[in-house]
Amino acid sequence: MMLSGNRRRVDVVLAPLTGLGMLAAIYMVFIYVPSDKVQGIVQRIFYFHVPLAIMTFLAFGVVAVASVMFLWRGTRFWDRLAHSAAEVGMLFCTLVLITGPIWARPVWGTWWTWDARLTTTLILWLIYAAYLMMRTVSGPGEQGARYAAILGIVGAVDIPIINRSVYWWRTIHPAVLVTREGGSGLNDPRMQATLGFCFVAFFLLFAWLVWVRNENARLRDAVEDMRQHILQR
Amino acid sequence: MENLSFLFAAYAAVWVLLFVYVVVLARRNRALEREIEELRQLLQRR
Repeated sequence: MMLSGNRRRVDVVLAPLTGLGMLAAIYMVFIYVPSDKVQGIVQRIFYFHVPLAIMTFLAFGVVAVASVMFLWRGTRFWDRLAHSAAEVGMLFCTLVLITGPIWARPVWGTWWTWDARLTTTLILWLIYAAYLMMRTVSGPGEQGARYAAILGIVGAVDIPIINRSVYWWRTIHPAVLVTREGGSGLNDPRMQATLGFCFVAFFLLFAWLVWVRNENARLRDAVEDMRQHILQR
Repeated sequence: MENLSFLFAAYAAVWVLLFVYVVVLARRNRALEREIEELRQLLQRR
C-alpha cells in the first residue's frame, strides 16, 4: 500500500494484531471452549455470529455519526469514513444473515422465519444495500454524497429497533446469552471468556478493514485531484 | 459431533467472504497506486 509515516505505522501494527486476534479466536472457539449441553457443537457459531452482529451495529453507527459530521462540516474525511464503514458493515451484516440461518436450521428446524429480530436485521441490510447502490450510481459528486448521508442517518434508526425487538414483539430469537444453571447459554466461564475475546478480535478486524477501505478511498480522491490538476494545466 | 457440517458451513462462509473482501481491497489499492504513478509521470513529462 502507498502509505507514509504514521499511516504506515498504523497498518504495520493493526494488520498483524488483527491476524493474531483472529487466529487466537479460532483456537478458543474450536479447542478451548466446551460445547453447549443443549445445542451441542453448533452453538459455537454464536462466538462469531454475535460479535459480527455487534460490529454491524457499530459500523452503521459510525456511518450515521460520520454522515452527520459530513452534512455539518462538508469535509471529504467524514464522507470517506461513512462510505468505508458502510461497506464493512454491509459485509458483516451479510455474514450475520448467513451464519444465523445456518445455526437456526438444526436448532429451530428452519433456515428462516419472519421473526421480529430476523426481519428488522434484513431491513437493516436492505437500507445499507440501498446506501451503497446510491453511492455507486451517484458517482463522486457532492450531491450524491449528501443524499447518501441522509439515508445513512435514517437507516441507523433500525439499530435500536433490532436491539429491542426481542422484548417488544413475541420472538423465538434468543434474548439473553446466559440462562439458569444447567440450561442452554454461556454458563461456563470459558464460554464467556471466548465470547469476550471474539468481541475484541472482531473489533480489531472491523477497525483494520475500515482503515484499509478508508485508505482506498483516500487514494481514489488523490487520483481524482491529480486528474483535475492535469486537465487544468 | 452432530451438526458438524453446519458448524463447518458457517465458519467457511465467514472466512471465504472475509478473504474475498480483503483480496478485493488489495487489488483496488494496487490499481489506484498504479494509476497515481502513471499520473505522476504524466505530470512530470508536461
